[in-house]
Amino acid sequence: MSEACTSRELMIYTISRLLKGVRHVAVGQSSPMPAAGAMLLRALNERDGLERVQVSILGSVKHNSFTGGAEELFDCAAQGRLDAFFLGGGQIDGQGNVNLVGTGDYPNNQVRWPGSFGSAYLYFLVPRVILFREEHSLRSLVEHVDFVSAPGVSDETVYRRGGPHALLTNAALFSFEKEAGRFRLESTHPGYDWRDIRGTTGFAYDNEQCEITTPSPDEATLALMRSRIREELRECYPQFAGNMPGPG
Amino acid sequence: MTDFVTPREMAEMIPSGCKLGLAPDDYAAAPGLVRMLIDRGIRDLHVVCAPIGGMQVDMLIGAGAVATLETSAVSLGEAGGAPCFSRAVRDGSIRLRDATCPAVFAGLTAAEKGVPFMPIRGIIGSDVLRKRDDWKVTSNPFDDAEKIVVVSAIRPDIALFHAPEADRFGNVRLGRRRETMLLAHASKKAFVTVERISETSLLEDEKMAAGVLPAIYVGAVAQLEKGGWPTGLYAEYPRDGQEVEKYARAARSPEGFQAYIRDSGSAA
Repeated sequence: MSEACTSRELMIYTISRLLKGVRHVAVGQSSPMPAAGAMLLRALNERDGLERVQVSILGSVKHNSFTGGAEELFDCAAQGRLDAFFLGGGQIDGQGNVNLVGTGDYPNNQVRWPGSFGSAYLYFLVPRVILFREEHSLRSLVEHVDFVSAPGVSDETVYRRGGPHALLTNAALFSFEKEAGRFRLESTHPGYDWRDIRGTTGFAYDNEQCEITTPSPDEATLALMRSRIREELRECYPQFAGNMPGPG
Repeated sequence: MTDFVTPREMAEMIPSGCKLGLAPDDYAAAPGLVRMLIDRGIRDLHVVCAPIGGMQVDMLIGAGAVATLETSAVSLGEAGGAPCFSRAVRDGSIRLRDATCPAVFAGLTAAEKGVPFMPIRGIIGSDVLRKRDDWKVTSNPFDDAEKIVVVSAIRPDIALFHAPEADRFGNVRLGRRRETMLLAHASKKAFVTVERISETSLLEDEKMAAGVLPAIYVGAVAQLEKGGWPTGLYAEYPRDGQEVEKYARAARSPEGFQAYIRDSGSAA
């Protein structure tokens, strides 16, 4: 038996499951786990003879075929050539609003995060936006965000064909119910139950008493993560890749 | 005509108070030249990040050189948050114009085309939009039922970036880094530091020419080997992660930042 699946490996595997069926997935800067999840889906599909997945990792030379510069990602999104993307957020609230700017009052935020990046645009245009926030706590998952970098839902006067699809943390997986504008608890990760999630989530959501456990990867998938995926990650995320289990 | 100058001369040619367009870290950032701007005590810059900033922007903020910052984000990547930026936000010592990446590109595209504004999808309902008096919601002139955001043109006085190669005629090879091409097109002039200078024209090779910024846009070129260090240069060398970490640790305090600038060498 190899070393047990780590929390991060479970999240990477879960990301690959959430991406099932996409033709083109892009990953923004500073996103090693989403990058790993997208690479894993690509590798699994190759292994299983399924459809080819285009993976565009921003900041990568090897895993990025755009020749039109950084604008090309956004143009692709506006034309419907991009199926999935990831957003993080220092705060995410129960309506799917994300805050990548900071806590407290803008502009002199007491805690300032890097900034909104492409969120205020991509959230409207990419059909499957996966919200990924490793920390599952009352300060990261809040009732209302302090600053809306990108809103979770819009009224019908606004052109919108994208939005939140799921929210993944180190403790649980939620789906987003577009009509209701609310999250629904889908599963809790091994080591957590629904009471833990209720106690550490700052917003209301559906299916509170969820008894389903997030599935873990099988041995072959785990081995793939620890070999090929780890190596592919090394170009853009040398520190992260170095900390993943694997040979050498 | 493109001037060929030394890096120090180039630093003198960038005046305090100008609107300075900068490329992202690891793509075409020019921290080597930025260090010289700091050394010469540049002030009151309006920095436009095209579309995000990193270590070179954090250093300019730490040195007190930035009055206004227009950016979609500032981050040190794997080394974490940008310490001088966070401090300046808390202190209110810089005027912030938070953006979103494609809106910066739309503003630069408007300037490139010589039109006053550019429409762009999304953004409606965000606080990013609420805080920008130079972005507006209008209706689609061809369909009144549809609301759409327009952003005003962004025209930097000077675009400053680092590239692998120029030729002695002032043409600069950017390859796939088209957002740097856009920044150069949108700016009144581009100042470029390069790893090397070719004696033969970069436009002669048809396979390369489409990735070359013609000298028309290039005000000055200075050879500065490793001018992207300690961040990286796209497809040439990766960032020096240890050095960026060292910076991130030092810059946690204003004193540490000053000591880093004093003690660590620039590429020159």
